[in-house]
Amino acid sequence: MSLTLEKRDTFSTLTNFLVPVISIVVALLIGALIISLSGFSPLTAYYEMFAGAFGSGYSISETIVKAIPLMLCALGVGLAFKTVLWNIGAEGQLYVGAWAAGWVALSFPDGQSWWLIPLMMLAGFIGGALWGLIPGILKASMNVNEIITSLLLNYVAILGVDYFVYGPWKDPKGYGFPFSPFFGQGAWLPTFFGTRIHLGIIFAVLAALILYYLLKSMRLGYEIRVIGENVLAARYAGMNIFRTILIVFAISGGLAGLAGMAEVSGVIHRLQHAISPGYGYTAIIIAWLSRLNPIATVIVSILFGGLLVGGFSVRSLGLSESLVYIIQGIILFLLLAGEILTRYRVVWRGGSRG
Amino acid sequence: MNLDIVIATLSATIKAGTPLLLVTLGEILAERAGVLNLGLEGMMLVGALSGFIVCHLTANPWLGLLIALISGAVISLIHAFLTTTLRANQVVSGLAVTLFGTGLSGFLGKMVIGIPIENYFRPFSFPSLGAIPIIGPIFFQQDVLVYMSYLLVPIIAFWIYRTRPGLHMRAVGENPTAADALGVNVYGIRYLYTIIGGMLAGIGGAYLSLSYTPVWIENMTAGRGWIAIALVIFATWDPLRALLGSYLFGLVDAVQFRLQAVGVAVPSFFLNMTPYLATIIVLIFATRETARRRIGAPAALGLSYVREEKS
Repeated sequence: MSLTLEKRDTFSTLTNFLVPVISIVVALLIGALIISLSGFSPLTAYYEMFAGAFGSGYSISETIVKAIPLMLCALGVGLAFKTVLWNIGAEGQLYVGAWAAGWVALSFPDGQSWWLIPLMMLAGFIGGALWGLIPGILKASMNVNEIITSLLLNYVAILGVDYFVYGPWKDPKGYGFPFSPFFGQGAWLPTFFGTRIHLGIIFAVLAALILYYLLKSMRLGYEIRVIGENVLAARYAGMNIFRTILIVFAISGGLAGLAGMAEVSGVIHRLQHAISPGYGYTAIIIAWLSRLNPIATVIVSILFGGLLVGGFSVRSLGLSESLVYIIQGIILFLLLAGEILTRYRVVWRGGSRG
Repeated sequence: MNLDIVIATLSATIKAGTPLLLVTLGEILAERAGVLNLGLEGMMLVGALSGFIVCHLTANPWLGLLIALISGAVISLIHAFLTTTLRANQVVSGLAVTLFGTGLSGFLGKMVIGIPIENYFRPFSFPSLGAIPIIGPIFFQQDVLVYMSYLLVPIIAFWIYRTRPGLHMRAVGENPTAADALGVNVYGIRYLYTIIGGMLAGIGGAYLSLSYTPVWIENMTAGRGWIAIALVIFATWDPLRALLGSYLFGLVDAVQFRLQAVGVAVPSFFLNMTPYLATIIVLIFATRETARRRIGAPAALGLSYVREEKS
């Protein structure tokens, strides 16, 4: 008896849709097991999570607030995946973008929105892009493993922001807490409908549309797809791989930087220790789950935003919000296992092999 | 500089380098067999927590160590199944291991935060060797896990280069098709070494919670799993160079700690960055060196093996 995999002749769109859905459902079931093993009722916990994430107008708006940085980071990570580049550094790029935007905001406490916010956006994007270019340049010029470099730079970026909020930029009236003074009102992104949903949602949706157009219709998008599928073919075709890698890392990091800008300008309104609860890492799963499709990225980000908000609300039951990261990890495991089903048929063979 | 301070710093170097060494050795074995496991950070965290909980409950660090080893093995089994049997992408699967392990340890660790343990692996002077001047206090007044790591290095080196199973392992990592044709069980070997890698990652994590710090702190590995992945490249998949690399990083750690302790003018945030920056710099040089000397990664590293159907 043996378990073998046979290649499918056709790709089924139904499986392509079902695999992510079943992955999420099964991950929640395994999560339920973990919850009950730790002595809580999974039904209560999930009810609390769902109500916290989607149960009211307020909770839906909070879910969307969390989805904004996820979308921006996941779009960037997904673009890098498309080129078979692993940008695991969105978390750090987000911090550097937030830092650069915060630097602008703190420099002009009386600045006016019409020029201050575009300047902060530019600073956030450039900050993230430069941070993303470090692993990009090392990869393109010397083939240094970008997974390790981009990831380690996350630790560096977070410590760097900590230095400023514990040190030179600490609010003198903040009772010693690690945060900067509030930005001037001119540096606050406008919000909608009396909720905390801010203009960042427009950045994210625009970025998704631009990336979609770029990949579909522009020469750069074509080069990205060719390099992603076959780097040798791209080289023979005379494509400038060095330049493309740099552009991809700059855009990827820039989008994460913009996420950081949007988070500090739209939600927190100042710099602080721990700006992000791991948006950059969750973005990796979102990018993989949405199969690198920019439109799907938006939808999946909202789902994961809900998971984050729901995870926060189970804390009232005494459960740790780390539950969310367990579930995220399991979703990714199942997704990987399920992907095989879209490409192969699993066949049990009895008796001896021919 | 005072000799005592030098000795104390070098002794701390060995201590700080040991978890890196254990984890790097495990990853070298897995990668030699062709399996890249980016889940080290997650497996270390699960090892650190499970070992700590069991040691807290039973007051027996050895039992804690055993459980850390088993939990590392169990988690790496998921990775082995996904990447070997289901041919999943090794990078993404490894990241999933890290996310899962970080989440699981954070979730279960809430119960034991701030709890001290009475029994842990304490340093003791190794009979006679510990009495040697200078060498003794640096290398032989450590705990039993450090002594075990000294032994593991030559054992693993011998295994890789001088034994038949070691040859099979390298064959699977370099050319699985050829190895398969010679009758080597490619899938079995990849499972075996991925799991051994997971065991060593679990032990490396447990070293942190059962000897280095002896308490549980959330995310106490602080990126050591990722530094170990860089160390494998620095070591060019060689156990002896892994020893060198691990102690080099132990030294960076020990020196920055000492600088913080004496209160130098550099803010601690920048000192805390040094291990990560040092890793990146070392990785750049290691990559250039391996490219120049044409000694690269195992040729089949990161690739799933698809067995041709016999007709």
